[in-house]
Amino acid sequence: MSIRVEHVSKSFSAYPALRDVSLTMNDREFVALLGPSGSGKTTLLRILAGLEAPESGSVWFGKRDVTGDKPASRGIGFVFQHYALFGHMTVAENIAFGLDVMRRSARPSKRDIAARVEQLLELVQLPGLGKRYPSQLSGGQRQRVALARALAREPRILLLDEPFGALDAKVRRELRVALRQIHDELGLTSIFVTHDQEEAFALADRVALLNQGRIEQFAAPAEMQSGPASAFVREFLD
Amino acid sequence: MTAAGLREPPAAKALLILAALAYVALMLLLPLGAVMYEALRKGWGLWHAAVTEPDALASIKLTLIVAAITVPLNTVFGIAAAWAIAKFDFPGKAALIALIELPFSVSPVVSGLVFVLLFGAQGWLGPWLDAHDIHIIFALPGLVLATVFVTFPFVARQLIPLMSAQGRADEEAALTLGASGWQTFWRVTLPNIRFGLLYGVLLCNARAMGEFGAVSVVSGHIRGQTNTMPLQVEALYNDYDFVAAFAVASLLALLALVTLALKSALEWRYRHELSAVH
Amino acid sequence: MASAPASRSTPLPGFGLSLGVTVLWLSLIVLIPLSAVFVRSGSEGWHNFWAAAGSSRALAAYRLSFGAAALAALINCIFGLLVAWVLVRYRFAGRRLLSALIDLPFALPTAVAGIALTALYADTGIIGRILEPAGFPVAYKPAGVVRTVEPVLAEASSEVEEAALTLGATRLQTFSRVILPTIVPALATGFALAFARGAGEYGSVIFIAGNVPFKSEIAPLLIITQLEEYSYAGAAAIACVMLLISFAVLLLLNLLQHWQQRRVG
Repeated sequence: MSIRVEHVSKSFSAYPALRDVSLTMNDREFVALLGPSGSGKTTLLRILAGLEAPESGSVWFGKRDVTGDKPASRGIGFVFQHYALFGHMTVAENIAFGLDVMRRSARPSKRDIAARVEQLLELVQLPGLGKRYPSQLSGGQRQRVALARALAREPRILLLDEPFGALDAKVRRELRVALRQIHDELGLTSIFVTHDQEEAFALADRVALLNQGRIEQFAAPAEMQSGPASAFVREFLD
Repeated sequence: MTAAGLREPPAAKALLILAALAYVALMLLLPLGAVMYEALRKGWGLWHAAVTEPDALASIKLTLIVAAITVPLNTVFGIAAAWAIAKFDFPGKAALIALIELPFSVSPVVSGLVFVLLFGAQGWLGPWLDAHDIHIIFALPGLVLATVFVTFPFVARQLIPLMSAQGRADEEAALTLGASGWQTFWRVTLPNIRFGLLYGVLLCNARAMGEFGAVSVVSGHIRGQTNTMPLQVEALYNDYDFVAAFAVASLLALLALVTLALKSALEWRYRHELSAVH
Repeated sequence: MASAPASRSTPLPGFGLSLGVTVLWLSLIVLIPLSAVFVRSGSEGWHNFWAAAGSSRALAAYRLSFGAAALAALINCIFGLLVAWVLVRYRFAGRRLLSALIDLPFALPTAVAGIALTALYADTGIIGRILEPAGFPVAYKPAGVVRTVEPVLAEASSEVEEAALTLGATRLQTFSRVILPTIVPALATGFALAFARGAGEYGSVIFIAGNVPFKSEIAPLLIITQLEEYSYAGAAAIACVMLLISFAVLLLLNLLQHWQQRRVG
């Protein structure tokens, strides 16, 4: 699913978070939104998700204008920075949530849902942990559950907000590999926000570097390194 | 913190602890003990007779009915207020919260007075109510209104900080997963706030059952009809029927102890939950 | 073109409904009834308002209610600080129980407290007439002060204390110059709260107070008496004065809390 952002602007009570941002991402691309804090990258991600509404501009998924659409109807999966797992539900219940709340007519049978949960647990390499509670898992495990939960409804687009921020270096590396693998396997279009340059360059096909609400450069890592588009880019990459 | 505690010499420490305990014992336990003592002084038989006397039973029933109406109403309100305040941004939040807490700083008697001014014989709506033979003051509706006023903020003030601290992430996650607003509320928000909610309901209930001043003003003090338990206690006391007064009071005191016990139990479990989940 | 999903840049639903319910219920139950006091108190004109609210009997009642409340709040501050200190800084058997008991006043009905205190104090002539009304508000507010002071005391950095000690301060000096100033805002808040509650206290006082006009009649009782004499405007006038003082205290409280935040944060 390709994504097109056209002239999107957004302010938070006089503070301009995004200024006339335009971007086109191709189907099955893995894009990183990189930048210092306050650059607007998380705001852009949340606008893509429908968690914030832009003041002007539009967002297109494929041929559909989704600018006014609710998050539920956009066909996205969202992974939050601190996982936002439902503490009172088991891992299996968390993952099944997106399917459990479907309208009766569209909802798969209990058996199908359970099978899907198992399938997803295998995908994120947490087989057999369905009955545990989030509080009983490690940070890395919780992140995997959050990922599995976001994938349950077979979204075409996966959005991740600093997904590895709270984890230690070794776990981050493992999860990075796992994420890329899942992205490739499922043919997703993925966009993830990070302030870590190394991570962005390791994972993404193309990187969008943001600064104070504008895109400084949007290119493949190699290209960005050999030909930085501005002084900011050059300094940021050092 | 423990290190700081070691700094005072053991003697001073012990003295302070004893002083604190003595204060609590004197101010809190003694009155409680006095009620129980006076209630049972003339034996279980008299106690039992006092609490099963028809007017006493009627007052118990009335207290329960008033609480049964008041608590759900203020609970729904509290949830609505906390949802609006904690999950959204809008100007005037601080003012709204201050207004919600207003009943706490109003004297109970004034809390009852306001409804007499509205619905009493000489009140704004008095003549209209008379013409339609609707009774609010000196009847159940008045009692309920006064109690609702007095217990208004309890659930809200418990939930507002709790839900504010929990933020929006869980609800947003549920939305991205396709849940509707109600589904999000029932399956995600409610379980997250259940202990805070129970706590608020508990306090609301304790106050609703024990309210005296406000209810006294709107009640009419008609035995067997418009006396709640606290009012019945006053009535019996004014009749010099001390044993009966203390007997009914002992029931209320028991309620207070049960409330306290439940509250402590909730606090213990609540802290556990709150730290474990996030 | 963008169409904002729900209010205030979040798609969470229910804003209109929840805010609507909140404002509606608030208006119906709190705002409109309270406004009745102000409207009614002025309904018979300024002259009558002052006659009722400023009568010598009313003034005596205010002196009693507010005076006793102030005294009670002061006592509660001192002992409340003591209890908070002990709870926060020491570990001892029965600490949990003590902490739970502190909340007893909130759960105990005022009427029960009222007659309990008569059982304890009425027979003994030791507690004089002056102390009578003050004694009962005293008992029923400690929780207010303790709970307000506790968190601040807990946070009061032990590092700062240790610094003072390494600089040669005695324990008493550390307490009065370092710890006490940090918690003064919380104490003041506790005092204001206790005062506001004590001023309006009714149930726990009328059983034991003499209720003699001009001498031991508290303001809430005067309101009731006026009501019984069908003098609605008079009752409202006195209630008006009490409300205004309560609101003034509330305002003070808010300012105090701002002060507290500036100190701590």
